[in-house]
Order: sequence, then structure tokens, then C-alpha cells
Amino acid sequence: MTYEQALGLVREALSRVVPDAGFASVGPDEKFRDVLEVDSLDFLEFVEVLSGLTGVRLDEDDYQDLTTLADGARLVAARAGV
Amino acid sequence: MAEFTMPSLGADMDEGVLQEWLVSPGVRVAKGDVVAVVETDKATIEVECFETGTVGVLLVEPGTRVPVGAPLAVIETADTRAPTEARREPAAKKPLVAVPVVVPATPTENLVPQLARPPARAPVAAGPPVTGPLVRHLAHDRNVDIARIRGTGRGGRVTRHDVDRASVAGIPRVRATPYARKVAEELNIDLTALQGTGEQGAVRAADVRAAGAATKGKGGRPAPVTRPPEQHGGGQSMRGTIAHLMARSKREIPHYYLSTTLDLATALAWLRAANRQRPVKERVLPAALLLKAAARAARAVPDLNGYWHDDHFEPGDGVHLGVAVSLRGGGLLTPVLRDADTLQLPALMAALKDLAGRARAGRLRASELTDATLTVTNLGDQGIETVLGVILPPQVAVVGFGAVTDRPCAVNGLLGVHPMVTATLSADHRASDGAVGARYLTTVDRLLQHPEEL
Repeated sequence: MTYEQALGLVREALSRVVPDAGFASVGPDEKFRDVLEVDSLDFLEFVEVLSGLTGVRLDEDDYQDLTTLADGARLVAARAGV
Repeated sequence: MAEFTMPSLGADMDEGVLQEWLVSPGVRVAKGDVVAVVETDKATIEVECFETGTVGVLLVEPGTRVPVGAPLAVIETADTRAPTEARREPAAKKPLVAVPVVVPATPTENLVPQLARPPARAPVAAGPPVTGPLVRHLAHDRNVDIARIRGTGRGGRVTRHDVDRASVAGIPRVRATPYARKVAEELNIDLTALQGTGEQGAVRAADVRAAGAATKGKGGRPAPVTRPPEQHGGGQSMRGTIAHLMARSKREIPHYYLSTTLDLATALAWLRAANRQRPVKERVLPAALLLKAAARAARAVPDLNGYWHDDHFEPGDGVHLGVAVSLRGGGLLTPVLRDADTLQLPALMAALKDLAGRARAGRLRASELTDATLTVTNLGDQGIETVLGVILPPQVAVVGFGAVTDRPCAVNGLLGVHPMVTATLSADHRASDGAVGARYLTTVDRLLQHPEEL
């Protein structure tokens, strides 16, 4: 999976959890949890959706790499392989 | 025959807007079926029927604001057709609030034929893209006309960002002082129609009052409402509702406060191990563990679980935890986890996810917002260390959890670093004393040291 594809899926997962999110306001290196007021419940749902979309298993230990859109995309892209 | 009335969805609710009928005349309904959507000052809520029977006449048109207790529809129960059974009805049924009918100006007879047409659902699908209540409230707060915003969300949905942009761009923003807005809301006066005399043409409260007096002089009634009815339930009203309830709490309830720091090393290690065995969908958050401990402790210390009514404490009929959920765009709701002390952790977690999700989507049911016996507020996600809550009357206590953070602590005579959380209790001193509150918090602590039993 390319970085761009992964980024698309990360955005897609986030937009399902926060349907009113205006992505124009979230930069790839910004902490989206802060910008979009994503709490721990939303975040768990995000992980759930992202896992479903990508087929990648995301453990609690991975949460620290899921703070920005770019980090999330890199993690997913690496984990999903080619 | 029974009446389906505007329910009271909390101590703070006086009226609501019937937003949508989900049933039409002639449809069979059972107790517990969702029959209508009601918008209160705080949220859009699905309302269930208390009767089993057939929907008769719908008395209120969508978009109408009616007081709590006003009849909304007639439900023909089995009793109507079998008069012999009718005797047992009055006391056995859920009490129907008797309140004078203040339904729309149009006589009921005229409404019937209109409403007898197919259900009023069609407009929802055919109309402009659905906008969530939170965004609507935000738009209302910012004085932005949502109908004039081009949505950039899914299917043309108007998003928060769109509203932000529109309000910055100043589409139909009226310059007015905050006090003027408040007065305008009280007097039902449309600010856009006023000529301001303040700085840079800002509308001042005096202008609003003058306009109010002018219209009163003419018609004897406040100026006509130009906003569509559902926009009344905006963020301003939610603010007002919270203000009213919290002021009442602090006026009437002598609060006392206790606080203690809990070591969560054992609980979180256990949770982490348990979560590794679970699929993502069934993962349990630390928040759920804290809620479960709070509920079990309430069962163990029942003096904090219930209501203060007429100068005495009434214990709750189970532990129904109100969970404070903050809404994007401001305000909060406290949906209720019923019998939280008896729910298994995964079930409690699932219920929590479901309630919080629907609270934010504005899709809670009436029964999910009422009858909490104790409230828990968790500001951990906001990175706050300690929260001392304000009790939600008529409850007698509120439990607060801050953020779980690694802190230095004494471990076997040495300095260690463990994940800790500050747990607090605000309680009503009329109903309990500090010793009871202390017993409650130590019970929470004890329970969390044995997470496998939760």
C-alpha cells in the first residue's frame, strides 16, 4: 500500500468517526485528536474502522504512532506491506 | 385510549419541539417502540411510546413547540375496544401528565385530515442535506443561516468547518452585543431586522427593547418568530439550560468534596493483557473500568445512589450511572448506563460506546436520558488532573475522574512511577456525611485493585 493510499484510508476512517470534520483544518502533521476534539471513545472507534478498512491489526501499543494523519498513514502503509 | 404526551427528558426541560413523527395513524405500536423525534434545548431525542396499541390521531404537527405533558397523539389501547378491561387502566399505567392542551393555534379538527396523510418522513429524505444538531446549534450560536451555506461534507452536509468559515466570512452575521442577543432571544425578536445604534452599527439591548415595545404596542404580542422552530433549540438555549440547572444545584445543595489518588498499575496491566486477547471491536477502555468500579461502589455504599426529594433521601432502584458526555461544539449530555453495576465489562463498554456515539449524533432515546441515580464525569481526555463536579439535582453525588498519568509514588519503600488517577466525590451534605463519601472512594480504590473481579 502506498503512503497516499494509506493516508486516504486514515482520512476516511476519521471522517466516519467525526462526520462533521472539516479536513481542511487538519494538517498532516497536526495532532488530529486535539484539532478535532477526538476523545478516547472516538479514537477507539477510529482504530476499529481503520483496522477494518486496511486489514491491519492495530494494538494499544501502536496508539502512540497514530497521533497525526502522516504518522498513521506511514504506520498503516508499512504494516500492510505491498 | 391513552395519550402520548411530550415527555420530560430531565429536570431542566419545560418544553420541546416535535421534530418528526416516525409512525402514522393506524400503525400498531408496542410499549418501548420509538414513535417520534423530539428536540429539546439540549439535544434531538428519540421518544418511545409507553403504551401498546394503535396510533390514533396525531395531534401535533412536526415543527411545533409544546410544553412537557401536552398530548402529542392518541394511542388506542386494547382497553378501548374491550371496555371490561378498562377498569384496571388508570393506576397501572405510567402516569400521564395532565397539563392543559396548548397545542397549535389551528383547531385539532383541521389538523387531522392533514396529518392523516402518509407519515411525515418524506421531507427528511427529500429536503436539503441533513445537518446534525450540533452543527445546527453552532450555526445558531454564530448567527449563521445554515440554509445559505454550501456544505462540503459527505452528500453536501454542512460541517463545523463550513459554519466556521461562513461566520468568519460574515455571511449574514448581525453585529450585536451579547446582552442584546440574550434580550432578543427572550423577546423573540429577529436581530437582522433591527437598526443598531451602538458602535459600528451594533445592535444594543436598548434597540431590541425598543423594537419589542413597538411591536407590543401594535399587536399586543411579541414580534413574529422568523426563524424556523427547530432552530430555537440552539446552543444558546443549551447554555441557558445548563446555567439554570447548575445555579439551582449550587443554590440548593450544600456540596462537600473529597479527593483521593488511585494507583492504577494493577488495573491497567490487567486491562492491557485482556485487550490483547480481544478483537479491536471488543477492546475495553480504562474509562469503562473506572465506570464499573464507580457503579459497584455505589451498590456497596447506597447512601450516595438515589435522589433528594421533599427533604429526604430516596435510594435508587438500581445503579443507573449518568455519564457526562461532552458534545463537539459545546455543551454536554448525561446519557444513562442502566444497572451499570451488573453489566459485564465488555457489555458496559459496548453500551458506553453506543450511548456516547448517539449522544453526539443527537439520536438518544428518552429513556436513556432519565432516571440516573449517580453521575460520573471523566475529564481525563482533556488532560485534567482533578475534576470536582457540580451535582445534578435531584441526585445527591457526582463522581469525577481526571486523566490517568504516570506519577511518582511510594512502592515498597522506594520511589516508583505508576499510572495514577485522581478520583473525587462531590456529595450532598443533606443526604450524607463525609464518612460515607470516604467509604465510597476507598471502595472504588479497593475494587480497582482487583480488576479481574469487575
